[in-house]
Amino acid sequence: MKRRPTFLISVLCFGFAFFYVPILSMIVYSFNNSRLATVWGGFSTKWYAALWHNPQVGEALKLSLEIAILSSTSATILGTMAGIALARFKQFRGRVLFSGLVTAPLIMPEVITGISSLIFFILMAEFVGWPASRGFTTVTLAHITFSMVFVTTVVQSRMLSADRAIEEAAMDLGSRPWQVMKDVTLPVISPAILSGWLLAFTISMDDVVITNFTTGPGTTTLPILIWSKVKLGVTPDVNALATLTVLVVGVIVFAVGFVMNRSEKRRELERRLAYQANE
Amino acid sequence: MASATRLYHWFNRRGWSDIVIVAPYVWLLVFFLVPFVIVLAMSFATRTPTAPPFGYGGDNPLLNTAGYARLIGDALYFRAFITSLLNAAVAMVLCLAIGYPMALGLTKIEPGWRNILLMLVILPFWTSFLLRVYAWMGLMGSNSWFNTLLTEGWNWAVPQDWAVHSIPMMHTNFAVVLVMVYTYLPFMILPLYANLERLDPTLDEAAMDLGTRPFGVFWDITLPQSIPGIIAGGMLVFIPAAGDLVIPTLVGDASSPMIGRVISDEFASARDWPMASSVAVALLFLMVGPMMIYSHYQARAEHREAPK
Repeated sequence: MKRRPTFLISVLCFGFAFFYVPILSMIVYSFNNSRLATVWGGFSTKWYAALWHNPQVGEALKLSLEIAILSSTSATILGTMAGIALARFKQFRGRVLFSGLVTAPLIMPEVITGISSLIFFILMAEFVGWPASRGFTTVTLAHITFSMVFVTTVVQSRMLSADRAIEEAAMDLGSRPWQVMKDVTLPVISPAILSGWLLAFTISMDDVVITNFTTGPGTTTLPILIWSKVKLGVTPDVNALATLTVLVVGVIVFAVGFVMNRSEKRRELERRLAYQANE
Repeated sequence: MASATRLYHWFNRRGWSDIVIVAPYVWLLVFFLVPFVIVLAMSFATRTPTAPPFGYGGDNPLLNTAGYARLIGDALYFRAFITSLLNAAVAMVLCLAIGYPMALGLTKIEPGWRNILLMLVILPFWTSFLLRVYAWMGLMGSNSWFNTLLTEGWNWAVPQDWAVHSIPMMHTNFAVVLVMVYTYLPFMILPLYANLERLDPTLDEAAMDLGTRPFGVFWDITLPQSIPGIIAGGMLVFIPAAGDLVIPTLVGDASSPMIGRVISDEFASARDWPMASSVAVALLFLMVGPMMIYSHYQARAEHREAPK
């Protein structure tokens, strides 16, 4: 006999309504014919057409994608290294500082990271001469720095839960340390590396505050473009842009979730078959 | 040739492990620690009309504490800190009040549906933060359907003298808290769900068999075991909310700004780098407590997950 948790179910319904009513409202109003963004004036797709014909949007999207791909790939390499280092090497000089450096950017308020990066880059330009001006390079460097620690967190926790016996077996069979890394460890943690990359990519695509501090004239990423529009108020073309974003992200998240769910089920099945074969 | 062989031997012996440690270490030292140390030093500098606008001079050239003195003396900064901490604390409590039953509800739902619902919790997290704030700007405006609905409800419920044309929601602390709850709620639900999902259901059943009422089971068994999840979720909401810049700029009250906005304005509009740095350092000091609590519980959670 089990009581149905009526209260919990109703809070869940309220919660999901709370999550999705604003988004649905934004989607509905992106098809609004009226120039006033909050008053309904009939159905129209003209804001999508306006978006399509606005060259700024395309350029900003392209720039955002370039920065996100470059920074998330670099962040994944550096972050994976840090995750492996923290999970495998229990003692090395400066480990305490290192693990502090890896945690701090995760919880540092973005304004502080932004302002310190900006001051750093201005002083670098003044006294070192590189990066000479603020723009693509400085934004990418800042994005690598604050997104690599997210990769580290994901990789480190996968490393800690992975079975070390396989690595030890490879060592016993005479593999060199880097061969163990290449042939055993990296394949085992590859799902974590992939999700770390996705996380870093999304963080970079989404960032406003740190980009706003580290960017310069002429380097307008998509979030910065939206930020400058939204500061002036609600406009229908941003509704259209938001709808497209939600659509693209929704499809990707569901597709990735579906694929991961299926591959997990398949692995589970293979594991069970392997056990049966052994018995 | 010989050096190439030596390099190969060095690499095999310990080179790869050195690289794995040193590369990310140096990166974080240069691009994270050094900038932060600069801000720390900047907070003790003096503002000058030069470019870059700071210098070291006066009675105490390297330790000019004027910025910190102004921080305590000037009511603007004190009020900004109080507003930030209050808004973040209220948002955290509301997130807990909504997020806890949601997380608990998710654990009671059959696994097939649960995965879909979990994905629906995560989905807003992957879409743009800025656009989620923006969605509420559309709802809160004075002639939006949502505001009209609320206004009609209010006018129907209260005596006629109190009737209003529209509820002023935009540019208030209420708007800030509402949008904070909206944007940070997934950060509360996900760690709580991870915590609650691991609890042993047989304990609940044992308590039920011994005659405990459902609320008693929750109060005596579920709640005490979920405290690490509550703390992790609470800090994940509180820390970013207190230092947030986007929400207060877009929907906040400009006459009582939050601390993130003060830092940004000091820096960009007033061009007072030392003052902006002092405020930033002070904010960080306030956040050190919550950060330590968070990483303490996080480290314990990771320790539990790691195989013995």
